[in-house]
Amino acid sequence: MEYEPIIGLEVHAQLLTKSKIFCGCSTQFGVEPNSHTCPVCMGMPGVLPVLNKKVVEYTMKMALATHCRINEVCNFARKNYFYPDLPKGYQISQYASPLAEHGYVDIELNGGRKKIGITRIHMEEDAGKLLHDEHTPSSYVDMNRTGVPLIEIVSEPDMRSAEEATAYLKRLHEILVYLEICDGNMEEGSFRCDANVSIRLKGETAFGTRTELKNMNSFRNVQRALEYEIRRQEYLLASGGEVVQETKLWDDAQGATYSMRGKEEAHDYRYFPDPDLVPVVIDGRWIEEVRETLPELPLEKRERFIQEYQIPPYDAGVLTSSRVLADYFEEVAKLSGKPKAASNWIMGEILRFLNEEKRDITSCPILPQSLSELIQLIEDGTISGKMAKDIFEDMYTTGKGPQQIIEEKGLVQITDEEILKKAIEEVLAANPVQAEQYRGGKEKIFGYFVGQVMKVTRGKANPALVNDLLKKMLAGS
Amino acid sequence: MELNQLTIHELHELITKREVSSTQIVQSVFKRIETVEKDIHSYVTLMKERAFAAAADADKRIREGDITPMTGIPVALKDVLCTKGIRTTCGSRILHNYIPPYDATVVEKLKAAGAVFTGKVNMDEFAMGSSTETSCFGITRNPWDLKRIPGGSSGGSAAAVAADECIASLGSDTGGSIRQPAALCGVVGMKPTYGRVSRFGLVAFASSLDQIGPFTKDVEDCAIMMNVIAGYDSRDSTSVPLDVPDYTAFLSRGIDGWTVGIPREYFIEGIDPEVMEAMKSTIAVIEGLGAKCVEISLPHTGYCLAVYYIIAPAEASSNLARYDGVKYGFRAGDGRDLLEMYKKTRSAGFGAEVKRRIMIGTYALSSGYYDAYYKKASQVRGLIKGDFEKAFTQCDVILTPTSPTPAFTIGEKMDDPLQMYLSDIFTISANLAGIPGISVPCGFTRRGLPIGAQFLAGHFEEGKLIQMASAYEKNANLEKRRPNL
Ligand SMILES: [Zn+2]
Repeated sequence: MEYEPIIGLEVHAQLLTKSKIFCGCSTQFGVEPNSHTCPVCMGMPGVLPVLNKKVVEYTMKMALATHCRINEVCNFARKNYFYPDLPKGYQISQYASPLAEHGYVDIELNGGRKKIGITRIHMEEDAGKLLHDEHTPSSYVDMNRTGVPLIEIVSEPDMRSAEEATAYLKRLHEILVYLEICDGNMEEGSFRCDANVSIRLKGETAFGTRTELKNMNSFRNVQRALEYEIRRQEYLLASGGEVVQETKLWDDAQGATYSMRGKEEAHDYRYFPDPDLVPVVIDGRWIEEVRETLPELPLEKRERFIQEYQIPPYDAGVLTSSRVLADYFEEVAKLSGKPKAASNWIMGEILRFLNEEKRDITSCPILPQSLSELIQLIEDGTISGKMAKDIFEDMYTTGKGPQQIIEEKGLVQITDEEILKKAIEEVLAANPVQAEQYRGGKEKIFGYFVGQVMKVTRGKANPALVNDLLKKMLAGS
Repeated sequence: MELNQLTIHELHELITKREVSSTQIVQSVFKRIETVEKDIHSYVTLMKERAFAAAADADKRIREGDITPMTGIPVALKDVLCTKGIRTTCGSRILHNYIPPYDATVVEKLKAAGAVFTGKVNMDEFAMGSSTETSCFGITRNPWDLKRIPGGSSGGSAAAVAADECIASLGSDTGGSIRQPAALCGVVGMKPTYGRVSRFGLVAFASSLDQIGPFTKDVEDCAIMMNVIAGYDSRDSTSVPLDVPDYTAFLSRGIDGWTVGIPREYFIEGIDPEVMEAMKSTIAVIEGLGAKCVEISLPHTGYCLAVYYIIAPAEASSNLARYDGVKYGFRAGDGRDLLEMYKKTRSAGFGAEVKRRIMIGTYALSSGYYDAYYKKASQVRGLIKGDFEKAFTQCDVILTPTSPTPAFTIGEKMDDPLQMYLSDIFTISANLAGIPGISVPCGFTRRGLPIGAQFLAGHFEEGKLIQMASAYEKNANLEKRRPNL
């Protein structure tokens, strides 16, 4: 019997607005606990929420980037439950009418493409953080995160494997980061994912009983947790058992999922429209205004790179993996007029050097201008490819431009024919036997002469010129 | 006459003429409080020291000629309005020690206008009640008959004005909590249009119904208070960005040619005969002023109470979730774990009526019941609103009794919540529809208990209510009485 997994994901992304969703407090992290709080986000008696318009715009960006339909009118609702990190006893979220619905993203797997449906995208506020004292039976609440804006992106149950789910997740992540509305940090929780998983016999149309997975804080963990859970459910069904509807936590260290709560313990959140907030009305003009601010998205950019710069799909994929890297590439490609060389240098040297130091392109010591100069110096024969590699290393460590390094080290390639002729004459004079052999038909020996000339010129001779002159001079004399 | 017996506008005149100082007025008010408070118990927290400091401040401003109609006037605040640094309890054990870090918008506005706060006044716990008998600080008595309730939930605000323990006060009205106690205590009380006055800093009972409004000794004072507290506030998303007219401009305009709607559904069995009699004389006075009284119909009136007792508790069950013992207020200390702490705190922190409404509301919002209760109630609420919209195409204002009966005796309805709920039967509809309403004194029963007439108008037509009530007040020739304390 062959089973087919059915996976749907719920993604929570923290938005990069400067202030919180319903008050003016800063969203900045890493400050003293409870220093970015006010009566509103602390849920003091008598306070009222006022919607931050930027949150609506950021959510609209994501909605547009994922082909969603933006509702003309949407409402906030209260999700009621008790927890110490939730100061009002309810979370302001959206329920019956979310900001956007009915979208999709394309994922790519094994060369093929698949549409993954997006059910809805809605706005909500984040909760605070509990800190537990290990030594005393005390817990503390930090409300700096309370009221930080989140969007929840709910997918259709369209994914059929852990790989598909991971690819979808990466696609969302890429878009959010491209839009510059989320920093995408999974470890710190600014990009979080829950998964609904069920399996059914291949060919069945009805869904099986699903479990909900939580606590997967990296792409790798999402993949592992899903694979584990799919295998667990397959084993259960194959051995005559039944899947129980429950919420499960992924334990990274154990590599297994554990039950958190069953169906009976599921919360009744008693959603109802929040009477403290008025409906959000979004007209066509506002949508167009936001649409105009959208950057080129990763998939479009990739296709354009393949077309416009004639680079392989794989390279285009790597170069568009972040907006900054793509911009870097484009700048070098345009300045140097050599997109292929630009791609090779970035994919090869630049990324290798950055990866070794665990840095990213934003902190690359070589400016696009410098790299494009380096490429041009090779193209016009001023330096050889080999010289360029050494110069690149110097550029990376010192941050200097290629011209400066060449001047400082006297590395300019010798292109003066007179100087080269002299060097060749010297070599030929020193190797009469070999010259004779060459003329006698042993043409393989040509490389030896080139090497000798390079040696005499300490590697600075222009290899193409040396080739030309050598051929002529060997033939001539 | 003592200073504390005067109105805002009378005192303002004396202040402007430099005949009295704010300090003298405040002295007179606190002297009165010392004399009668033991009988009435309007106040939960007195702000005597601050009041005298504020009065001195006001006097300085007055000397400098910086005078508004509220400068130096002693005002009491319902203990549901947040006051920075002053305990704000909502009459509940769960907030008995809560000190807000900020002022409500209305408090800020009154402060800026130069008003002097005398203290925080009593109320039904979390504004849930019609008699001011559920406060954890004890009951408030009706100044006209100490065996009777002052109405509620803003009973302290009404009693304090009626007993001259302040010049004016603020209350909140979710289903009649300003108008009903105003009627029962013989003062003027207005519930403005939903969105007219900022709710920021008003501890929420039912957010879609709550509105802050004034208690005053006459209609002119009501207009003066409204001028200060009305207006858009960017901190309240439900406040409406509309210009506020000068409400005092509506005083003395007359109502000649007006049409006053008398809804047939409000003149039903169960109304006290003396209230009915007072209504008839009120109609006669109005007609004498050149207005025409016509019978109108508000066909969905019969559903008001049911709709209200779903929507208000539903919102309350969510609004009151924040009182969990974690952050502020009362906490029962001996819980073994979080859940037990929650349960013990909320069991001991809330009174019976609050718990009853939290349970009703929680039930109405539960999955499987939401559609049948909350959703249906919201739909019917729309019909009730529609009734009024239609009615106001036929009349300028609507006249009803404020309360079906005069003040009842203490304890009389405490064991019968339904009977208690019925005392708001004429006031609830205005909250559901979001329209403004005013209660003005319209006579006394033979036992000497005040009776109130309620006028209702369309959204943001507070001016019309003031025009109507002022014309009536000036021409009703009611006997000038004061409670005998
Ligand atoms: Zn805040």
